Amino acid sequence: MKLTGVLHALLAALLLAGSFPALAIDTEKAFDDPALQARYEQINRELRCLVCQNQTIADSNATLAQDLRREVREMIAAGKTDAQIREFMIERYGDFVLYRPRMTASNFLLWAAPVLLLLLGTFIGIRYIRKQAAEADSDSPEAGQS
Amino acid sequence: MLKYAVPLAIFALLGVFLYVGLQRDPSYVPSPLIGKQAPEFTLPSLQDASYPVSSKELLGRPWVLNVWGTWCAGCRQEHDTLLQIARTNAVPLIGLNWKDDNAAAQQWLRTLGNPYAVVAEDNEGRVAIDWGVYGAPETFLIGPDGKVLFKHIAPMTMEVWNKEFLPRIEAAKAGAAPARG
Repeated sequence: MKLTGVLHALLAALLLAGSFPALAIDTEKAFDDPALQARYEQINRELRCLVCQNQTIADSNATLAQDLRREVREMIAAGKTDAQIREFMIERYGDFVLYRPRMTASNFLLWAAPVLLLLLGTFIGIRYIRKQAAEADSDSPEAGQS
Repeated sequence: MLKYAVPLAIFALLGVFLYVGLQRDPSYVPSPLIGKQAPEFTLPSLQDASYPVSSKELLGRPWVLNVWGTWCAGCRQEHDTLLQIARTNAVPLIGLNWKDDNAAAQQWLRTLGNPYAVVAEDNEGRVAIDWGVYGAPETFLIGPDGKVLFKHIAPMTMEVWNKEFLPRIEAAKAGAAPARG
């Protein structure tokens, strides 16, 4: 019994190891400096490939993704900050290029919605409970009738 | 009565939102360039690399930039429409040949006809990135002041041209005339 458990765990580990996806599309490293390489990969993971829409430019080998990776690489090499690189992309492709959306005036309601809905729910809930309590109070003398 | 009206109203509103959402094309990404100054470029001409095509030369009149490539099926589809538009001489039609093979592109224009006043060759795709191009064919309308007035993503049709481009071109021409005179 115990042995089969261990075997199962081993098998699961083996399967998981085999199913790990190939993460890098780039066959060669963009930078020798590991810090710059890490920044490069991080930025690529946060930019949308607009032709393939549900992939980042790190995941895609579409020509546009390749070109955008080249732009990122060159901007990092030129000493641009991450924010400057993101700004470059937003100026050209709009907010949709970001995988992590920013809060802007036009989507503020979307960001605020959870809080607003929670407040609304609490408000309705409190009113409902109070109403019930009030009804229960007024009902109690003639409880037998209802 | 009100007890049913409120949920019904919420349901109807949700229905309207979902219905509108169904009509929209999720692959369409609105361009942040609309209303802004069009990115400048100077690129070699497709037919003659020694002849530069510069966006600055086009200032002072409305013009159209059409992004195409021989690898792009939608471009083949819209080609006859572009030829038809070019014959009207409404605006100069500038081609941006995006990441293409020069010989193949020249062959395409020779066999299918050339609707463009001039074609700029964007071999590295840098100008395309500046213009936020993500899928050919894309067609931009640029005003006399160098501002982007409109962008159409998808093959051009006469319907789109007559509805979206022509009225804007006429307005731009009417607006530009007194400023120059």
